[in-house]
Amino acid sequence: MSTSTDQGRTVVPDASRARTRRRRWWAEVGWKYPLAALVVFYAAFPLAYVLSASFASSGTLTGSTQLFQEFSGENYAALSSTQFWQWAANSMVIALSVVVGAVLMGAAAAYAFSRFRFTGRRLTLGTLLIIQMFPQMLAFIAIFLLLLTLGDVVPQLGLNSTLALICVYLGGALGSNTFLMYGFFNTVPRELDEAAKIDGATHAQTYWTIIVRLVTPILATVALLTFVATFGDFILSRIILTSESNWTLAVGMYGWVSDQLNANWGLFTAGAVIASLPVLLLFLFLQKYIVGGLTAGSVKG
Amino acid sequence: MSTDTTAAPVRDSHARAWEGTGWGFAVKLVLMAAVNAIGLYVAWSAWDVDQWGVLVASLALVVVADVVYFSRRRIAGKYLYPGLVFLLLFQVFTMAYTLYVATTNYGTGHNSTQEQAVEALLIQNERPVDGAPTYPLTIVRDGEDLGFAVVDDSGQVLVGTADEPLAPADDAVVDGQVVTSLDGFEAVDLPTLLADPALQEDVLELRVPTSDDADSGSYRTREGTRATVYASSLDWDPEAGTMTDTTTGTVYTADGETGQFVAEDGSTLPVGWRVGVGFDNFTKAFTDDDYSGPFWKITAWTFAFAFLSVGLSFLLGLAIALLFDDKRLRGRAVMRTLFILPYAFPVFLSALLWRGMLNSNPDYGIINSLFFFGQRIEWLTDPFLAKVAIIGVNLWLTFPYFFLVCTGAKQSLPSELSEAARIDGAGPWRHFRAIQLPLLLISTTPLLISSFAFTFNNFVIVYMLTGGGPRFTDTSAPLGHTDILITMIYQISGVQGGSADYGLASALSILVFLVVGGISAVAFRRTRKLEEVL
Repeated sequence: MSTSTDQGRTVVPDASRARTRRRRWWAEVGWKYPLAALVVFYAAFPLAYVLSASFASSGTLTGSTQLFQEFSGENYAALSSTQFWQWAANSMVIALSVVVGAVLMGAAAAYAFSRFRFTGRRLTLGTLLIIQMFPQMLAFIAIFLLLLTLGDVVPQLGLNSTLALICVYLGGALGSNTFLMYGFFNTVPRELDEAAKIDGATHAQTYWTIIVRLVTPILATVALLTFVATFGDFILSRIILTSESNWTLAVGMYGWVSDQLNANWGLFTAGAVIASLPVLLLFLFLQKYIVGGLTAGSVKG
Repeated sequence: MSTDTTAAPVRDSHARAWEGTGWGFAVKLVLMAAVNAIGLYVAWSAWDVDQWGVLVASLALVVVADVVYFSRRRIAGKYLYPGLVFLLLFQVFTMAYTLYVATTNYGTGHNSTQEQAVEALLIQNERPVDGAPTYPLTIVRDGEDLGFAVVDDSGQVLVGTADEPLAPADDAVVDGQVVTSLDGFEAVDLPTLLADPALQEDVLELRVPTSDDADSGSYRTREGTRATVYASSLDWDPEAGTMTDTTTGTVYTADGETGQFVAEDGSTLPVGWRVGVGFDNFTKAFTDDDYSGPFWKITAWTFAFAFLSVGLSFLLGLAIALLFDDKRLRGRAVMRTLFILPYAFPVFLSALLWRGMLNSNPDYGIINSLFFFGQRIEWLTDPFLAKVAIIGVNLWLTFPYFFLVCTGAKQSLPSELSEAARIDGAGPWRHFRAIQLPLLLISTTPLLISSFAFTFNNFVIVYMLTGGGPRFTDTSAPLGHTDILITMIYQISGVQGGSADYGLASALSILVFLVVGGISAVAFRRTRKLEEVL
């Protein structure tokens, strides 16, 4: 086409050329917009629906086609008559503690494996590699029985203790995060540590002032993934936290709707909107870290 | 080269090293003091309740911590120790313990040692002794210790606790039949008792021996105002290892194989104890009438669910990634953000939300009312449709993950390849089949495999969406058509109350461990990660 204009042979009238171009644009690109709208509808419809239902005043997920017909804060106000905020606080405390613990321990372990050559290093790494293949959650019966015993000794570490649940989650932290971090630590040039060492820095100073700053992206990724996993866990928190005031959001909100007959969907949808906010915001603002974390170790370059 | 740099500070004097530490050293001291204090506290408490395993473990951990952190060497250990402790306790130990439990009959009726089983049986079979007097009762307490104060027929007040048999108390003040004041105890009045359920439970469990002779029975109460003498209808003979029912004369003999007291006619006492059963639990899953049928169906469905979920999600994610990673499209960032919304919504909320949306009654379930013309479609209660629903919802949940992954992988493909293909005359389909797909599969296969392993154990989606239902009709076990192995384990483990079979559930966990471990091992071989890492 460009050759034809170069030769000055503008045989094709402008209007018809525009039509051809438009047709081609439609064939190659344009049709993707309606398709995108369809995908967006598929992805976002349930979420729009939960938002709409949360503002409705009736207590059911009524199957009406009229989204956003009503705006009432009733459901949100009703949340404070339940233990919702207590559960939300529990979920946040647990998830944040696990994030801090998991990042600190995982980064320290990755640093040790990446920078020191010690006896048993290969053995530990290999064992860790095998252990991480087995999901910790599968051992939930043994965890339950272990906490039953520990509770006899120290009630703070027994069943129905938030601290115990945090410890259990931290037990799974090293297995699932070390390799992700280890790979990233290896990409930080060793020359930097050596320079620091020559300048008289101790290993702790090198770690805190140099390494930790350079590996921030992977720390963010691990923090995010850990937060999401902990926030959404059900099976362990359900088993360990027995009293209602200790429940997390996952356990508590399951109780609201698990019984089809007494389900309180109004409360649930309002709670769901609030409960999803922290995770939703984290995802939207830290998208690039998620993609990095998901593909790290497999997609090189 | 490195030896030169490390050798220098070692030869330096202590004074210089001290300058370098400062507040960091102070922090370390405080932390180590705390660690030691906690460790010793745990050890001490363990000693108190005879938990020798906990005692040894906590002492060992404290000693290792001190050695690692106060030695000048073992630098790697200083960084590894905290993570390894949690890993050892809550993952390695629990995995090993699962293996142990799998070879026992641990569960309802087989919870503890034989000694404790005997004690439980004796208490369970306590009956009020015929003709024994019933006395007016006042609950008394001394701090945490509860006791009974009764007024006998002569008006004499007798006081006792669980450890102290009933004995006369001369300084008691009695108002009618109620003891109001007592030396060394505080009287609990009835309103206080009625307002405190925990206290009520303790009172109902309290047994005050009538005398130093353990067989003479003990005082108990049913309602907190009257106490009478109870004695067990069972008689335990430790020498012979038999339990004799004193009312019927039946002799139950301890059977070390099954961990139960068995009579000659084959009847058993309800409380047994824990014994090793070898591989019985593993065979039970395949042979027991209640479990073997569901077990095979559930295993088949678990594999089908994992394959279909991962496969469909991958295809959808891949298609969307290929279509919309197009530089000519505007608003790609917005599209991407909207596409990944399902992934950013916590899974437990999504599953519960879909449970409501898929309600079969079109008055409540929006899916039926909006997309199926208000038909009553039993999404969650029909065995086949429930499976479709689970896979469909999981598709919605996970396609954004594969969309993100495939977009990332596609963008990292070198663009020269596409150009070369175009120059060689490959059409779009050929380009996709022969170039893009193989390259994308190389980078996404490990993620596909780990995603498979994850889906294999996706407890939340099944438990939240259908709860495993609809129930199988041909078994009494609480299992259903959409249960996958992990929810099956959860149901029969009984950790949520109901009848517990820790042994069988652990044995099934081990089987799942093996499947998942096998899958992961294949994944690692494929990516050759092993060689790369070590």
